[in-house]
Amino acid sequence: MSKFLLPAAVVLVLLGIWEAGAQSGVIADILGIRESAGTVLVPAPSEIGESLWQDRELLLDNSWITMQEIGLGLAISVMVGIGFAIAMHLSEIMRHAFYPLVVASQTVPIVAIAPVLVILLGFGIGPKLAIIALICFFPITVATLDGLRAVDPAAVRMMRTLDADRLAILRRLELPAALPHFLSGAKIAVAIAAIGAVFGEFVSADEGLGHVIRQAQANLLTARVFAAVVVLSVFSLALFGLLSLIERRVSWWGKSVD
Amino acid sequence: MTSATIEIAGLSHAFGKLRVLESLDLRVTADEVLGVVGPSGCGKSTLLELAAGLEDPDRGTVAVAGDRKRSARLARCAYMPQRDLLLPWLSALDNTCIAPRNQGVSKHAARERAQPLFDRFGLAEFARSRPNQLSGGMRQRVAFLRTLLAGKPVLLLDEPFAALDAITRGEMQEWLAGALNAEARTVVLVTHDVEEALYLCDRVVVLSSRPASVMTELTPRAPRDPDRTAAVTDASFTALREEALESLHEGSR
Repeated sequence: MSKFLLPAAVVLVLLGIWEAGAQSGVIADILGIRESAGTVLVPAPSEIGESLWQDRELLLDNSWITMQEIGLGLAISVMVGIGFAIAMHLSEIMRHAFYPLVVASQTVPIVAIAPVLVILLGFGIGPKLAIIALICFFPITVATLDGLRAVDPAAVRMMRTLDADRLAILRRLELPAALPHFLSGAKIAVAIAAIGAVFGEFVSADEGLGHVIRQAQANLLTARVFAAVVVLSVFSLALFGLLSLIERRVSWWGKSVD
Repeated sequence: MTSATIEIAGLSHAFGKLRVLESLDLRVTADEVLGVVGPSGCGKSTLLELAAGLEDPDRGTVAVAGDRKRSARLARCAYMPQRDLLLPWLSALDNTCIAPRNQGVSKHAARERAQPLFDRFGLAEFARSRPNQLSGGMRQRVAFLRTLLAGKPVLLLDEPFAALDAITRGEMQEWLAGALNAEARTVVLVTHDVEEALYLCDRVVVLSSRPASVMTELTPRAPRDPDRTAAVTDASFTALREEALESLHEGSR
């Protein structure tokens, strides 16, 4: 029980301090912001809640767009990540050829490459998926490859004496053994996928939560900015929770053959 | 399934500068259970890996059923490693189905092939259990059935009970004796336990320390007696054990 009570209490206390600070104008004073009558630049949690309710249709419609991008982007990341991991596991030449490139892909600043992606892929869903895939395939590739390589060589030898060819070893031994590692990578990917989606929508979009945030910022609707962020966080947390649940179901085989 | 012999001639193998086996000659006749005992690190496991076709020797030959090719050895030998290495995501039954599945048998047909062995060897109630729900002894039994179900004429058992406590080991030896009496195969059992080798095997060779060569050959009078306690306390058994231990001691000097 205290597992949930303690963090809930901390969040409540922080929200309480934020509420009091925002309502009394203390936070605005500290930040040196002057709020004129009728505008709210430092929204209190209650005002964010109000925006969540009032803007619910706008937020829901645009969440759906962003969630589709995140879902599709993650699906591409999973396919590309597992594909790369298997290829680099099966072939030393592939590993030597591609591993440095995979690592180098993460040193590319997304801010710099995003406009180029828009030029290349247009204003549709393409550039958002590309950005999500670019940042999310990496943890999946690295974690899955580590999992595939961590399989006990004795288990591989045993499989060979049980008439397993390379494909059977991969399918019946290495891939299931790498599943907990893959899930660890996927959890990281899920946590950063939302950042990729919103960034993609910042660069080019006329819908989605990133677009809502950008529009709200331009109109100084800070409560709506926070409301959109809350929706995004809740979605990411839900995805993360789902993966944790799956991970818990398979964790009991995590350490046995690697 | 046809029986197979194993013929090892002038076998030498090294890991880098470490010479493990040197001009070793050994012959296992069809359906014979051969025990190999020797001091730790003398190359017993290497011998099995070479026989299984997992490695090729530096010099000399290993022929299984007259064929020296590595692929032919792999096709005829089933290898049971010291650790059970059961796949934790499969049930005990499905773990034993691995070889048939690799051979292209359908899941259903493989299970139908494995189930009677579970019934026959007292494992029926554990067929659906996961490896983490089984005791050490049970896991080894499942690992042995997995080896058996590969359907190979040769079984290579690498210290299969080394990780078990003394009581369970005794029970397992008795169980394996029954299993080997029921399912005749050419078997090479590597162990550091002299008593285990003398109880289970038709013939026991004692190897010297590295590089290994055969020190002594012993032939137990009544291998795999269903009454293990009676068998291992028999005077002739005790005398053989003394002889083996003496030879082992001499070989490790």
